[in-house]
Amino acid sequence: MKYLMFVATDTEPDTDPRPLPEITDWASLEHPRGRRLTGDRLRPVEDATTVRVRDGELLVTDGPFTESKEWIAGFDILDCDDLDAAIDIAAAHPMARLGRLELRPFWSLGLPE
Amino acid sequence: MTDLVPAARRALAAALAAERLRIVAGLIRTTGDWDLAEDCVQDAAVRALDRWPTDGVPDNPAAWLTTAARRRALDVLRRRQTEAAKLREVQAMPYPGATGDDDRLELIFTCCHPALPLAGRVALTLKTVSGLSTRQIAAAFLTTEATMGQRLLRAKTKISHAGISFALPESHRLAERTAGVLAVIYLVFNEGYAASAGPAHDPLLAQEAVELAGLLAELLPYSPEVHALHALLLLQHSRWPARVDAAGDLVAMEDQDRRRWDRRVIDDGLRALQRARTEAGVTVGPYRVQAEIAALHATAPEPAATDWAGIVSWYDALLTAQSSPVVALNRAVALGFRDGPAAGLLALEEMADDPCLVGYHLVPAVRADLLWRAGRTAEAADAYRDALGLARTEAELRFLGRRLQRCQPTLDPDTV
Repeated sequence: MKYLMFVATDTEPDTDPRPLPEITDWASLEHPRGRRLTGDRLRPVEDATTVRVRDGELLVTDGPFTESKEWIAGFDILDCDDLDAAIDIAAAHPMARLGRLELRPFWSLGLPE
Repeated sequence: MTDLVPAARRALAAALAAERLRIVAGLIRTTGDWDLAEDCVQDAAVRALDRWPTDGVPDNPAAWLTTAARRRALDVLRRRQTEAAKLREVQAMPYPGATGDDDRLELIFTCCHPALPLAGRVALTLKTVSGLSTRQIAAAFLTTEATMGQRLLRAKTKISHAGISFALPESHRLAERTAGVLAVIYLVFNEGYAASAGPAHDPLLAQEAVELAGLLAELLPYSPEVHALHALLLLQHSRWPARVDAAGDLVAMEDQDRRRWDRRVIDDGLRALQRARTEAGVTVGPYRVQAEIAALHATAPEPAATDWAGIVSWYDALLTAQSSPVVALNRAVALGFRDGPAAGLLALEEMADDPCLVGYHLVPAVRADLLWRAGRTAEAADAYRDALGLARTEAELRFLGRRLQRCQPTLDPDTV
């Protein structure tokens, strides 16, 4: 199963003093039942652009489409045997402690790659 | 002929009680289809009621039911035609008594997966593991059958869409996932007590929770906290016959007729507690502590003989492990019995400002009990009035009302 993992900030990060894992270590992590296909960091919401078309008119606006205290800082695509494997991989990400991760299963349209 | 019907019904009930879960779990594993699994067992039971009164009860009723349920599943899958792989799996399903294959634990862990909403975990566990009907669960949680049906459907849909496997957790997650299952069982039990405080005094949920804990103890025999929860639920449930009086009002533990406590259930609870002590590792978990406290209550022949010193020290242990204002409140009650109401009031004052306890009716109710025992009747009456302003359920309101009346003898109809 494929999952999109949203890497998001959180207003209440972990206060555990133990050192955080390095993102490069996480990216090269080996898991018996899942793997990371791709992913990256994203520029902050100040650099976001929202695009809509209404009645044939293009509407381009500055900023993200939802205003919230938390924002998406990155993403990864995981290919895992099941949700538990994806949870394991997510739990090892440094942002699991600094922020939060959201696992969304693919709902495939079956489009050509 | 007609006397064969009750015999067949009895045999069917016994076989279902023993084997329903195993058959459902096996069919869910092989087909991945939760509804199909339950429907096939239902269908097998209906067939049994049709056949057994005429053909006689089979030598091995469980094997008969497994075969009937499996045949039904094969029929359905054949009709769907596209599910060849599942078909082969069902054909390979073992019969009861065959060694190795037991999918019950996988089923429990799947129903209690933390990625499901808590209400969904509770509903799915009661439906699939306990075998309650959607209507029964809806009634127990004071909601409609349609709402409960939706909740079950959403839970099953998420299992399939989110990729929740029908599997045991990996060993490094086993402890936290087991704790999650125990939390669901404890919630079912407490819900049983809260709901039964209303007009319906129905032990269904509490009973199911006790049985779930017992089943888990059988399936995870080396987990001390599982035995501890089983012990805790048995010991608390043993008081069920005495906790409501003839008028349907709640009776405080100190006023309960202890002869009505179920000795057999207490003995089972003490045995489970002994298992928890034997299996215990270096740390003692919260269910163990609560079970130890419940055991000290259950074995006291009368309220005055309660080992309050023992109870206070167990609360101290619990507070060291996890700071909790509700536990601190219970400790204040125990301290009020060990050292007298003045000590209890002092302990209560130290924690009364905790923001978690603001608006909690048990704080003024405990204060009122302590004041009443200290002979400060007028202040006790005021505190009972505070508690009445915060209490929510009908049973709590009636209970506190009677306590308040005790402080105001002039309002007591017997003395007017």
